[in-house]
Formats: sequence, C-alpha cells, structure tokens
Amino acid sequence: MASYTARRRNSTFVMGLCLVATGIGVAWLFLILYSLLVNGIPGLTPAVFTEMTPPPGEHGGGLLNAIYGSLVMTIIGVGIGAPIGILAGTYLAEYGRHSKITPVIRFINDILLSAPSIIIGLFVYGAVVVPMRSFSAVAGSIALAVIVIPVVVRTTEDMLLLVPNTLREAASALGLPRSLVIRRVAYRAARAGLITGVLLAIARVGGETAPLLFTVLSNQFWSVNLLKPMANLPVTINNFINNPDANWKQLAWTGALLITVAVLSLNITARFFGASKDGR
Amino acid sequence: MLEKISVKNLKFFYGANLALKGINIPLYANKVTAFIGPSGCGKSTLLRVLNRMYDLYPGQHAEGEVNFDGRNILHAGEDLNLLRARIGMVFQKPTPFPMTIYDNIAFGLKLYENLSKSELDGRVEDSLKRAALWNEVKDKLGANGLSLSGGQQQRLCIARTVAIKPEVILFDEPCSALDPISTAKIEELIDELKTEYTIAIVTHNMQQAARVSEYTAFMYLGELVEFDITSKIFTSPTDTRTQDYITGRFG
Repeated sequence: MASYTARRRNSTFVMGLCLVATGIGVAWLFLILYSLLVNGIPGLTPAVFTEMTPPPGEHGGGLLNAIYGSLVMTIIGVGIGAPIGILAGTYLAEYGRHSKITPVIRFINDILLSAPSIIIGLFVYGAVVVPMRSFSAVAGSIALAVIVIPVVVRTTEDMLLLVPNTLREAASALGLPRSLVIRRVAYRAARAGLITGVLLAIARVGGETAPLLFTVLSNQFWSVNLLKPMANLPVTINNFINNPDANWKQLAWTGALLITVAVLSLNITARFFGASKDGR
Repeated sequence: MLEKISVKNLKFFYGANLALKGINIPLYANKVTAFIGPSGCGKSTLLRVLNRMYDLYPGQHAEGEVNFDGRNILHAGEDLNLLRARIGMVFQKPTPFPMTIYDNIAFGLKLYENLSKSELDGRVEDSLKRAALWNEVKDKLGANGLSLSGGQQQRLCIARTVAIKPEVILFDEPCSALDPISTAKIEELIDELKTEYTIAIVTHNMQQAARVSEYTAFMYLGELVEFDITSKIFTSPTDTRTQDYITGRFG
C-alpha cells in the first residue's frame, strides 16, 4: 500500500511539472500578444489603412502602401507557389508512389523546407534582381513562391496519402481513368487538408522579412509597378523600428500587430476549416 | 451453358511470390459462382485478376488467360477503363465517395454516357431501387454518402456499380463488415441481380455461399481444389480437403 501512495504522489508531482512546462510554453505566446497589443493599438487609427508611409519627422501617415505591397506579393507568390506545390505533391502521392525517385524528391523538399529564408532571398537576388538590374515586387513574389512550394508539397502529399486506397480502388473499379480518380475522388476527399496546407503557407510567408530584404527592398511611396521596389510590411517595420522617430516607431508596432493578427486569423481559420470537415 | 468468363491456367505473382498456381475455372453467364476457402487461399486475388485491379500496383502480375466473351483480357493492350465498366466490383469495406448520394451514382454515369438531367434522375432512381435503397434515401439524395449506415453505404456502392450497367459483378466479401439484417438484404439483392448479371462472390461464410450461389469453387493455398454445383460441394464433395473445410476441420 505504501508503494501505491508513493506512486500517486510521484504521478501528481510529474503531472505538476508537465503543467508548469506547458504554462511556460504557452505564456510566451500571450506575452508576445500582450506587448504587441499594448504597443500597437495606440497607433491603430483609420489613417493606418488610408495614408502612405510618412517621411521621418512628420506626424500622421499610415501603412497603406506597405499593406498593399504585402498583399500583392503574397497573392502572387502563393499564386505561383501553391499550384506548383500541389502538382508536385500529387506526383509524390499518386503517380510516383512506388517510384524510386520519390524518396529522393521528398528528401530534397524537406531540405528546401528548412532552408533559411535569407538564403532564398540571396538566391533570388542573384537570379532575378541582378539580371533585371533593379529590385522589384516580381523578385519579392518569386522569393515568397520559393518558400511556399515546399510547404505546400509536404502538406499535399501528406493529405493525399491519408486518403484510403480503397476509395481509389472503388473509383477505378467503375472504370475511371487515373487522372479522374485523382481529380474527382482523391482531391475531393483530401480537399479540407489541401486548403489548410495553402492557408498555412500563406500564414508562413505573410511575415517573412529576409527574403524581401534583398529582392523588393521597400518603397517610401505608393507604387503599383511590379518591376520596381514596392513597399511591404515586414521591411517597413524593420526600417521604422531602427529609427529614433517616435511616429515611425509607433507605425512599426502597429504594422507588427497587423501582421500578427492576419497570421493568427489564417492559422485559426485553417484549423477550424480542417477540423470541421473531418470530425463530422 | 454459356461461359461468360473462362480462366485458363492463370498464374499470379506478388513480386516473386506465386500466389495462384494455375487456375482453370469457368464463370457461367447469369449464374452466381461462390469462392470459398481459408484465409490466404487466393480467392480475393483471383477476383481482382478478373477486372485487372492488380494493375494499379506495380510488382503484381498475371500469366495465363482470362477470356471474357472469348477475348483474353490479360493482354497488354486491353483498355482497362472500358473493361472495368463492364466488370464491376463491390468491395469488402463500403466506400461511398465523399459526395452526395445522388452524385455517388451519377458520377459513373456521367463518365460514359451523355444524359439529360431527367434521364440522369431516372437512372439514379432506377439503380437505387435495384439496390433496395430508394425508399430509404429518396428524400435525402442531397445528403452526403458518408452519413448513411454501414449496410446502407454498401447498398449505395452496389447501386453505384449497377448504375453503369456492367455485365459481370464481382463481390469481394461484401457482407463481412455488416450486421445480419443488412447481410440478408444484400443476399436478397444478389439473388435478384443474377437474372441480369453474371456474379462472382468471395465469401468466408459457407452458409452464405450455400444460400446464394449455384456454383461453388473451393480454393486452398493458391489452387482450385474443387469446382462444382453448390449443392454437390456441400453434400458430397469429391476432395478430402473440401470435405475437411466444409465440416470445419480447418480454416
């Protein structure tokens, strides 16, 4: 009996340690959110969404050009990267499932997935910016696309592999050709997971700074020219926070808050979307 | 009697493993042929050769002849999609597609035929009636196929298979995942279907084989041990292995 109570005590103690560890891990998120809210909300005025970035020393101004630039480059980057990623993931999970080259591709993809984003930025600098002789939104979008592709390849392959083979066999047994089995049955069954993957990729690139530093630079002014530097949130925040100008600092915090809110919402939406389709 | 499918000297390999050792068997038109035998004897393997389902997996191959209406379907140039539209298969685990009940049935139809909306509606209703499912789902054709019970899902799969009007239907242990009431409904269904289709059914349940089929094949370790009229197999089998199996000595 004594050993039983000792085990109970031990168990409670370890459980306590686990809870403390969890608390410490979760606390960081709340600390970050708290500091973002405290510092960012004071600057959250409608002007942020309607006015351009101000020159140093002036009052007022907003982040409109930066928000626009980030949106445009994210959309283009995901627009290029997601279809490539889905098609590649489909190859790995469907056509190439028994192929010898598939594990190699998967391995390369995993390496690319964990490549430091600054390396990707430098690569696009050499490959796009130098020949173009200009920083540009196009280069920035390409850099984001390169980050999106391995993320989407991974999630697409994982989600498609989760679709049971019996479903594919049932479709083949009706006489469906392979491409239709994939398009109409496998994709349909994995749809929630595939969309979640793309949402997560968007969340991932939404806040990337390093790849944009050497590719799109930034822009003080409003620009819709894709072939020239364009303002964007991460680099703007980077520039503004390093400057003693108080107005700039406030805008930087507010910008950071905006990015965080956007990324959090995407993540939560992705979770919600993925869960509601599965747990029917 | 017409042989819808004739299997001649069929050998089947999983990689280097010989799983079927030279099978010779006829499937008579408009009759139900049951395949019985202990686990691993090759009955599902044999069934899956008949509609070349093994083609989906590299490393599996077949030698010999499977003559469907006189033509060998094991030839490399065979159009598998058309073949599978003529030889349908119902699997052990019910596999409704993640779509509405209506779409599950219309799916195969839209592939092969160009039907107007009203024709499509008619065919869907017809198949569901044949699968004895119409009354239970006629008010909820827009519901997801996965919302049905196990027995209903299996009947949906059967409706889906008969909708495209195949000539042969292969059943791979269709009732093993179902309760007795659903099993009884499906056995009734098979009995009705045989007037129009040639049916092969793999089953672990010997009583089911006895109830449902006209011909029975007993398989053991990749060989066809005995093939005869069902009543004869179950009352006076010629091979001792058959005798041992049906009396429960093994398997």
